Amino acid sequence: MKVRIWNRNVLVNWGVPIAAVFLALVVGAFFLGLAGANPLVAYRSMFYEALGTRYGLTETVVKAVPLLLVGLGICIAFRTGMINIGAEGQMIIGAITGTAFALSFPGLPAPLLILFSFLAGFAGGALYGFIPGILKAHLNVNEILTTVMLNSVALQLQFLLLRGLMMDPQERAYGTGYPQSASIVEAARLGRLIPRARIHSGVFIAILLAVIVFVLLWKTTIGYRMRAVGKNYDAAVYGGIRVKRYLVLSMVLAGGLAGLAGTIEVVGVHYRLLDGVSAGYGFSGIVAALFGQLHPLGTIPSAFFFGALLFGAERLQRSVGVPSAMVHVIQGLVVVFVVSSDYLTKRFLQKRVDVGFKRIRQEGVAAPEELPPQGKSNE
Amino acid sequence: MSEFFQATVILGLLTAGVRLATPFLFAGLGEMLSQRSGVLNLGVEGIMLIGAFVSFYVAFESGNLYLGLLAAVLAGGFMGLLTAFVSVTMKAVQGISGIGIHILGLGLSGLFFRLTMGSISTMRGFPRLAIPILKDIPVLGRVLFNQNWMVYAALLLVPISWAVIYKTTFGLKVRSVGENPHAADSLGISVTRVRYICVIIGSIMASIAGAFLTIGQHEAAFVNNIAAGRGFIAVALVYFAKWNPLGVLAGAFLFSMIDAFQLRIQIIDIGIPYEIPVMLPYIVTIVVLALSTRGRVLGPTALTKPFVRGVHT
Repeated sequence: MKVRIWNRNVLVNWGVPIAAVFLALVVGAFFLGLAGANPLVAYRSMFYEALGTRYGLTETVVKAVPLLLVGLGICIAFRTGMINIGAEGQMIIGAITGTAFALSFPGLPAPLLILFSFLAGFAGGALYGFIPGILKAHLNVNEILTTVMLNSVALQLQFLLLRGLMMDPQERAYGTGYPQSASIVEAARLGRLIPRARIHSGVFIAILLAVIVFVLLWKTTIGYRMRAVGKNYDAAVYGGIRVKRYLVLSMVLAGGLAGLAGTIEVVGVHYRLLDGVSAGYGFSGIVAALFGQLHPLGTIPSAFFFGALLFGAERLQRSVGVPSAMVHVIQGLVVVFVVSSDYLTKRFLQKRVDVGFKRIRQEGVAAPEELPPQGKSNE
Repeated sequence: MSEFFQATVILGLLTAGVRLATPFLFAGLGEMLSQRSGVLNLGVEGIMLIGAFVSFYVAFESGNLYLGLLAAVLAGGFMGLLTAFVSVTMKAVQGISGIGIHILGLGLSGLFFRLTMGSISTMRGFPRLAIPILKDIPVLGRVLFNQNWMVYAALLLVPISWAVIYKTTFGLKVRSVGENPHAADSLGISVTRVRYICVIIGSIMASIAGAFLTIGQHEAAFVNNIAAGRGFIAVALVYFAKWNPLGVLAGAFLFSMIDAFQLRIQIIDIGIPYEIPVMLPYIVTIVVLALSTRGRVLGPTALTKPFVRGVHT
């Protein structure tokens, strides 16, 4: 079957969320005004800072990388019906395990060291995603709550390690006690793409993974089953899919991708584990994935857009003197508006079907026979 | 002497436990009402933060604690209206929209704190109000009847919620809307209206819970992210409580005792890093959730399911 790329569906699927983001920014303008800034000037500077300068553009991409990786995991989890709010914690754990590996084996040759650091980060995040996954699958524990709680636990664990076991020996020697780890060796670092900018080769890894996740979700049996579980749990059970296995698998993969994002932040950007390495990407990644229609490839431009938004909003403090908490306000508004717009998207797309049925009724064409009442479904 | 010391410590722990149960009670009972009507309000944490800031700011500026509380009620009502609009009218995925409301609350409270006050200020919160006669009961008197009025109000809300949910027409409507909105709808109950009311009341109670964290304390102060996950724990509490007010009471005490305990460990230096006690409530929450869902789970059937007339999900 030939699929037209540009049709009404695509227009609605992208147009409605874009309009939602726009509306969120309009409401955000109100708060910018309250904060004493001229909203138009603030937004103009936001987008200019993020997209109009060499530094801004590279930093936008630097932010887009973890957003995309987290977002890919969210695509997998949400498509399987697991509302994973725990990317933040999974990312922290991945950053910890990835850094720990890189610090423990500084003698390995560069490609191996980087590869195994990635694997360590992925494994750390995967294990941390496994916990809510297995609890949901076998004990029916609400995954939203467990992942939220695990975020707080991961954050404390990170503090604990950075003030103790993993603290930079130099910090201890000088008695400064700044909570950060020693820096990783040169060989463990990802290459930077252009001089005097932090943009690193992790961006290629993220895009490659987006393609892999797309293939996994739409071109393999595993992906088909995961989506089936997410679409209709009972039908999947009835169809003989081992749903519990796929619930856990989706969380393992989502956690692993978030963990990888954590490791890449360390080996690509900071070169050490520091407090706040996750920087809210775990939450913003959810928004990026939703805005990208929970589609791995759609999440690529979406992550870039939110990278720009985040960077621009962070710079607001410097450019127009608005407190940095404004970032959260704008982010919260964007989430609320984008999630709400989902209903409108569905309605616009459904209308055609409804109109069809109406015509059948009006023109007296034999309406399809009522289906026998279904048993309790999806409850 | 050491026995006396131990008794004082335990008494202090219990007194703090009862006090710290208050935000869990307000937020948990409110969340329970909301969930009973079929709406998962995950934004409680953010609404608590807004209530905490607004009440403190208004009380600080006006010098009137009750005015602060009123402001928290209004702010909570507004956030409830927003939450209800998003999850009832716009039929958003409640797990995600709630996180949005949380981030928004975190941002708004932080933003306006920076804009209006900027630095940490303190003031006197609601004073203790010892109840005559009852306060003289040994142990119990000191633990239960020498607190401020918000603590008593929270405790009174337990039987009140119970009565509202099980003994009033409104409660019956709430339960029917949460269990079988289609049947309720066919009987002429407005699912939308009932859900709006429940979400708004629940949000107001979350906001009051936040206000307790500032103006309900002897030494009232607002700091960024003052709720520190208590709102999320309040949501978890409702699952633990199996949607029953008495369960919420039990859960609130369980978590407040852990809270009191971990605060105490942080203060007295016993050689373990402070992060470990801080982690404790979250880990206990997960364990408790895992244990409490064993066997039959009797949650409202329509929980998190938006209602569309004629579309059965």
